Amino acid sequence: MSVVVSPIREPLIEGGKTYHQITEDICSPTEKAPNFAWVLAFTLSSIFLGLFLFTVAWTIWFGIGTWNLNRTIGWGWDITNFVWWIGIGHAGTLISAILLLFRQRWRTGVNRAAEAMTIFAVMCAGQFPLIHMGRLWLAFFIFPYPNTRGPLWVNFNSPLLWDVFAISTYFTVSVLFWYTGLVPDLATLRDRSKGIRRKLYNIFSFGWTGAAKHWQRFESLSLVLAGLSTPLVLSVHTIVSFDFATSVIPGWHTTIFPPYFVAGAIFSGFAMVQTLMLITRKVLKLEEYITLQHIDSMNKVILVTGTIVGVAYLTELFIAWYSGYLYEQYAFYNRVLGPYWWSYVGMMACNVLSPQVFWSRKIRRSITWTFAMSIFVNIGMWFERFVIIATTLARDYLPSSWSYYVPTWVEIGIFLGTLGLFFTLFLIFTRVAPVVAVAEVKSILKAAGDQYTGPNAAKHHHHHTAVAAQTGAH
Amino acid sequence: MKQEKEVLYGLYDDEEILLGAVKAAKAEHLEIMDVFTPFPVHGLDEALELEESRLHIAGFIYGAIGTLTAFLFMTWVFTRDWPIIFGGKPYWSVPAFIPITFELTVLFSAIGMTVSFFTVCGMAPGRTNPTLDDRITDDKFCIAFDAAGAGEDMLNRLRSFFSQTGASEVHLKTI
Repeated sequence: MSVVVSPIREPLIEGGKTYHQITEDICSPTEKAPNFAWVLAFTLSSIFLGLFLFTVAWTIWFGIGTWNLNRTIGWGWDITNFVWWIGIGHAGTLISAILLLFRQRWRTGVNRAAEAMTIFAVMCAGQFPLIHMGRLWLAFFIFPYPNTRGPLWVNFNSPLLWDVFAISTYFTVSVLFWYTGLVPDLATLRDRSKGIRRKLYNIFSFGWTGAAKHWQRFESLSLVLAGLSTPLVLSVHTIVSFDFATSVIPGWHTTIFPPYFVAGAIFSGFAMVQTLMLITRKVLKLEEYITLQHIDSMNKVILVTGTIVGVAYLTELFIAWYSGYLYEQYAFYNRVLGPYWWSYVGMMACNVLSPQVFWSRKIRRSITWTFAMSIFVNIGMWFERFVIIATTLARDYLPSSWSYYVPTWVEIGIFLGTLGLFFTLFLIFTRVAPVVAVAEVKSILKAAGDQYTGPNAAKHHHHHTAVAAQTGAH
Repeated sequence: MKQEKEVLYGLYDDEEILLGAVKAAKAEHLEIMDVFTPFPVHGLDEALELEESRLHIAGFIYGAIGTLTAFLFMTWVFTRDWPIIFGGKPYWSVPAFIPITFELTVLFSAIGMTVSFFTVCGMAPGRTNPTLDDRITDDKFCIAFDAAGAGEDMLNRLRSFFSQTGASEVHLKTI
């Protein structure tokens, strides 16, 4: 293969794999009965999913009066969770789209699972704007449709409506991107299976044959979808930040929000990918496909984006002081030293200070450190949204309406419930589809497999010339 | 309606051998019916002299339709159908229309391209297209020739082509 491989690049696929071995390793977990760890995890996440259904039903039945929102604190845990989940849902498309455009080969090991995670995270995120409307059965009012009230249209100038369009577009495009990538791999599963499984995978693989022309179109489609998704993923969190930035609330009304939110989204998304990948590679025995090199690369992204977020926090503080505007200054004074000081400390410690350990290569390549850090970052990013939303609203212009917001059991239940929804969906995904993109990994085997780029590459090279000579000789 | 086809195909174990074989077939002026691979093989398009896909052009057109739909619709709503003043801004507040216009451009383009892709490839949920060998989606690389109406001479010539270019298996199959 006429690929130029730098000898200093570490292999991305270990274990001297053949094409068949790759198929076998990645597809077989879907064909065997689940192991005990999976069953345990699934049971646990189903219980949390049950909690989700219960608390949502409770909210719909009794109304959002069951939450501790009030006149000034109109957004609490609901929107905090929404922004948190949407942020997590950014890593998949970033990995699959932006890294595809930058020709980063390490994306192939993790892109499939990261995209799936993205879709599930966006589904979790989408629950909150829907249920926080109070009357869920009228949720379709957010779409512009011809109605008998005029027709009265939605407000196209409102960032909340832009959000509706941004998130539904993001969800749709992510699903399309993920599923078209999945089709050839589902065909692989189809061709390996028999009976009812074969029938099912036949339905879901759309009749894929692997013809040269189809692959050519497939690659063209992936490239353009990647090109579309790249500005899309940046636009989504930008628009989420507009929900805050276009308001006239001190602490929200800042122009730094779009880039700061996008960096934070990538940061938290990669952390969630790390959490999931570290478990998945272990449980499904995919250590040779999701290697330390992958973990190292993702930790570098976490370090960079975490530092960007840190710079944004400090910039906010500086600008608040520099603005000379009393209310803005108070909003930030209150964030750092007000009644919610603990959440600001949590945010700073988890998002800015702790990721700095990743300057050390040894820590970047340590599974234990990476796992602990990924949890830290997830917690820190949740605090960030809580800091922005709750602390700001709890101390508004009128001291007479100041209060201290604590969630009710219903709000906590809904949040824990979305974790259940997320993990249940992800666990089902690991059972029905290959968690690593089979065809894509095969296509980089010769450019990044250890028998071609590792220490024993020379031996294989010899074998290669032998094949060429044999072909030529005939 | 499906037509039965008789196909002579050879399976190769490596994409480099396959590429060599495709080039050899072109040199010998053998008409390849199709080539099937487990993953996109770099350089195969050129070797088969496939025309560039026009899918991205379709994507651009779908996107442009999305842009116009979103922008013209919002313009119509806020200047003709029901003009409302929001925050003292002009009715036709173009900057505020940009986010939705952008989102719909992406949405139309992505949906349009994906649907077009599956349609032109003859794929749909539940569709069964005939496949030659189950291992083509695993680790075999396949060159197929149309054997319908091919005489014994032609079949022998193809068989010897396969053995010369390093095919590991050769089969005749009606699909």
